[in-house]
Amino acid sequence: MPDRIASASITAYTATCAAGRGREAIAAALKARSTGLTANTFTSQSLKCFIGRVAGLEDAALPAELSAYDARNQRLAWLGLREDGFTEHAAAARERYGADRVAVVLGTSTSSIGETELAYRTLGEDGRFTPAQREKRVHEPHSLSAFVQVALGLRGPCLTVATACSSSAKVFASAERLLHAGLADAVLVGGVDTLCDSVLFGFNSLGLVSDEPCRPFDRDRNGLSLGEAAGFALLERAAQEGASRQGVDRHLRLIGYGESSDAHHMSSPHPQGLGAEHAIDDALVRAGLDAGQVDYINCHGTASRANDEVEAAVIARRFSARTRASSTKGWTGHTLGAAGILEAVITLISLEDGLIPGCLNTRVLDPVCGPQFILDNEKFPGDGGARRIALSNSFGFGGNNCCLAFAREATT
Amino acid sequence: MNARILEFTIEGIGLCAPGLPDWDSARAPLRGERALGAADMQRPSPALLSPNERRRAPDSVLLALAVAEQACAMAGRDPRTLPNVFASAYGDLAINDYLCAELARAPLDLSPTKFHNSVHNAPAGYWTIATGCMASSSAVSAGAATFGAGLLEAVLIANREAAQTLLVVFDTTTKGPLSEVVHARAAFAMAFVISPKASPGGYVVRLGLEVGVPELAPLPESLHDLQTTSPAAASLPLLAALARREPAAVDVAAGPEGTCRLHLEISF
Repeated sequence: MPDRIASASITAYTATCAAGRGREAIAAALKARSTGLTANTFTSQSLKCFIGRVAGLEDAALPAELSAYDARNQRLAWLGLREDGFTEHAAAARERYGADRVAVVLGTSTSSIGETELAYRTLGEDGRFTPAQREKRVHEPHSLSAFVQVALGLRGPCLTVATACSSSAKVFASAERLLHAGLADAVLVGGVDTLCDSVLFGFNSLGLVSDEPCRPFDRDRNGLSLGEAAGFALLERAAQEGASRQGVDRHLRLIGYGESSDAHHMSSPHPQGLGAEHAIDDALVRAGLDAGQVDYINCHGTASRANDEVEAAVIARRFSARTRASSTKGWTGHTLGAAGILEAVITLISLEDGLIPGCLNTRVLDPVCGPQFILDNEKFPGDGGARRIALSNSFGFGGNNCCLAFAREATT
Repeated sequence: MNARILEFTIEGIGLCAPGLPDWDSARAPLRGERALGAADMQRPSPALLSPNERRRAPDSVLLALAVAEQACAMAGRDPRTLPNVFASAYGDLAINDYLCAELARAPLDLSPTKFHNSVHNAPAGYWTIATGCMASSSAVSAGAATFGAGLLEAVLIANREAAQTLLVVFDTTTKGPLSEVVHARAAFAMAFVISPKASPGGYVVRLGLEVGVPELAPLPESLHDLQTTSPAAASLPLLAALARREPAAVDVAAGPEGTCRLHLEISF
């Protein structure tokens, strides 16, 4: 069993997705219960489904000095970094600690493969990439983290985590280890995934894409809606942070994480959810929590038949009736490698604002859901100054699971 | 906290590269006692998979599982218990080439199996399924610095969890139009079982993080070409130092363009 960890401060955070650019816009969409999902007009061939698309990326070119990294994924990263003053927060951490003491750990599932797809669609008559595509630094999984590190002038350890849909949740665990070992003073975590043919036609080939906006945990759900997102957070040791924090609730903490494997199947979850439960258990142990203390769980909740059934059953047997649970993919779609950070950001917004989002688009809950699952928005229990605790689940292909535990410490 | 130097022991080593089918037979060429001959690589054949599974498995999975099981056997560790990190600069390049070519041709005909095998953590997934391992499993990438960054991640996990941890570093051979932009002429894979303690008899390593361009350790001449064939071959200078079994210091790039390097001091 893992040891309890010292909590890490979240000194800046942001996300950009179909539901909004930046925390304020996302918080407003959560409150108004307005979805970001729209009918698919993205794919190179027609595919009837709904997608969570960030508008305007096609026109959001990178600065000339970064053009070798140009791809839809890096454009979304660049857009996302400028929301909520995140670039300035990262620069402040760089100034405070030194560029080599700020690490970058980002998650992505497909990185900039959309650009490689384009290169294959536009091969020259000689069967080669066009000269422009040959010059680009985008045809590899690490292009996202390499780009962010260069764009922000950072020089510490730099790693891409690519474990499908748990990628940008696991980056928080990597960050905690770097901080604990003293190999970094601040870690920029996050993730970016963008819509591309690979994932839309890939999930379609597996029969997992719904022809309507996804309905997480609905009795009659019939698949997921894919989306795209960028999200970032800055983690620092709680004892050391201070100067670089600005405009963020100073009580937000990463208090635990759990990582596990299903050891079951490449693309379907363990039928009893044993791997998911291990990840949740380890997150609670590292956070020093009993399940009964958890106020809210932001579920993986993709709206696939298998995931939601297994996840709901785990939550029903593992948590008491006072815990609230929902999936926010009805707002954003499933953003795959960015789901971990996007839903971590939504969880942090929820902790700050005291609002618990109920599942969106869901009409009738699957009977497997316990009393934890809600369809309408609710408020966190207790007075405004009480400690609030939330978990965020992310489960990926290969049976790769991660659960994060966050708190807004008591303010009174 | 603020340890900054991490000590660990390499308990087991796996290797699979052209002319270097396993650690035992690689030691002589790594020490420079025997030149590496020109050798084609046989398709790796991990014992963990049934003949049927081996026939269907992608190259990346065969390569990664073969070195992983070698390292676990040498360490005498049960794979089920080991948290693991699978590091690869490019993942499975044959599947990438298939995916992009098929999407350009007929996207609705995409193979669902090829799609789920295209995730970067496919070898990690197959490993955990084949061994029944429910521990934490990661798949990472860091361009040309993938070996160093992957090693750092595995050592951090071993250190944090006080648990033996498996590191697998692999890259497959490039294929199709991608070959022009992806530098992986030959398959290469290696694995370590890392123990967070100094174990007698093992290879004890002290790791520090430094800034600057790594000072490359010398390699026997017959390995110079091999070193340029694959990002995973960045592990060769460390493997050569381990094969010599003498105290040594080796630098490994852990970031882009020499920003960040691991300084490794090896003793026995």
